[in-house]
Amino acid sequence: MKRITVFAGHYGSGKTNLAVNYAVKQKKEGKEVSICDLDIVNPYFRTKDSAKILEKEGIELISLPFANSNVDLPALPSEVYGLVQRLDRNVIIDLGGDERGALAMGRFTPYILKENNYDMFFVVNFFRPLTTTAHEAVEAFYEIQAASGLKFTGIVNNSNLGSDTSSEDILGTLKRAEELCKKTELPLVFTSVDSRFENIDVPNRFVLKLQEKLF
Amino acid sequence: MAEKVLMKGNEAIAEAAIRAGCRHYFGYPITPQTEVAAYMAKRMPKIGGVFLQAESEISAINMVYGVAGAGIRVMTSSSSPGISLKQEGISYLAGADLPALIVNVQRGGPGLGGIQPSQSDYFQATRGGGHGDYHLIVLAPASIQEMADLTALAFDLSDKYRVPAMMLADGTMGQMMEPVELPEPIELDAAEKPWAVTGTKMKRKHNIINSLYLSPEKLEETNLERFERYEQIKKNEQRFESFMMEDAEYCVVAYGITARVSKNAVIAARAQGIKVGMIRPITLWPFPEKAIADVTDQVKAFISVELSMGQMIEDIKLASSCKKPVVLCSRVGGVITTPEEVLETIKKTAGGNK
Repeated sequence: MKRITVFAGHYGSGKTNLAVNYAVKQKKEGKEVSICDLDIVNPYFRTKDSAKILEKEGIELISLPFANSNVDLPALPSEVYGLVQRLDRNVIIDLGGDERGALAMGRFTPYILKENNYDMFFVVNFFRPLTTTAHEAVEAFYEIQAASGLKFTGIVNNSNLGSDTSSEDILGTLKRAEELCKKTELPLVFTSVDSRFENIDVPNRFVLKLQEKLF
Repeated sequence: MAEKVLMKGNEAIAEAAIRAGCRHYFGYPITPQTEVAAYMAKRMPKIGGVFLQAESEISAINMVYGVAGAGIRVMTSSSSPGISLKQEGISYLAGADLPALIVNVQRGGPGLGGIQPSQSDYFQATRGGGHGDYHLIVLAPASIQEMADLTALAFDLSDKYRVPAMMLADGTMGQMMEPVELPEPIELDAAEKPWAVTGTKMKRKHNIINSLYLSPEKLEETNLERFERYEQIKKNEQRFESFMMEDAEYCVVAYGITARVSKNAVIAARAQGIKVGMIRPITLWPFPEKAIADVTDQVKAFISVELSMGQMIEDIKLASSCKKPVVLCSRVGGVITTPEEVLETIKKTAGGNK
């Protein structure tokens, strides 16, 4: 496990939910964990929605000061520098979607490269309209990599159709995930599934226990 | 079977528009609808379409006017303050009888307001919005599937009646994600629009796209003709969903995101023995007057649930000829009413009438 884990990908691929669940997992394994919302793109449905759960779990939330407010001000708070300066704790970074969202990473990239103790996972949901194939996903992959200045270290297959997901849906994406790994020459870190599919037979299963549903 | 994908409402509108034959999008970014433009920017170049980020909302709507005049399916999208900027152009579209789709993913107002969801552009959308005597066909989706389905319908109705259509969504509908079955792409026949300016090829008289009339009598005539079409639309196109209304003594009226919230409240109230149902307008103009009129004698009161200060009450009162009280349950400014708040209003209304 690396000290810093970045979740990046096409917007709506499920980065926030993954980041929250992954932070809880690390905490349960005995690490001191901070989760940082670096999403400067998305106006609603943010890490901050899970503030209560995170507080209960003893996970520090670093969030944009204007998240969930009525203004659209993509400013990063000074505490964000703690990500690269407080080396005694693990950090999960929830990056904004697409190459636009990944731009926010740029100012921290030199520190992260210098420390050289990070993972950056490319999150893909093959049911999202602009990443339905490995070929399309690769396009988003390289755009994000170029914008963030960091190289991905692994692939996360988070394919789902929300509450309509069936096990066949998930199984149907395994080949595409394999193909994406081959094209990017990266390992499949995990296949994430929600708790209904706890026993599904997929490579490196990661069960998402927490799911915020607002409506 | 059609393919299923997981989409944001804003993306569903954009993809459904492309599948409905729209190849021209003009817009200007504003939260919470920017994904419509972002999606179009990625997709249009790949399918030989046009995506253009205009220098302003005013430019964008006038580009829509130009393309619509050529008889081609075209759209723009924005959120509340941006839609206000487009009003002059929308009035021109109406005055020139041009079909087009305008999407409003509403946010809190008035003024610059805020970026959180709202439904406070109801009057603006249903009363015309710009200057002059006119209406838009206004559709209000309550699921991401409907965002896609109503987009196709909006283009069809707009073409059929030569009346610009507006999709009136809100920030939540734009941002939330749900699985969607997308409609199959359609091919359009340009010959269906004989009025369009497509070149005479020396075979017919010039077509003219215009909203300026030098003679008052001629202008009056075009207004009267247009209102005959509005009457046809009112007669043929009122759409709504009726939920648990068979034996209802109270009728919740709600559209879009508030209809989803209200549905939960109606189910909870039924569990407590209150005979309540819901009418969900799908077309806001034409307002489903017949549906409201049909239940007016049956119910003791209407409850209007909206993210605005009671703008829909007027339509409910008109449709029910003011025979029954209309109670308001609302939150504004970007706050969304909860099922508990709606349930509380239902209980209070039912209690007060016992």
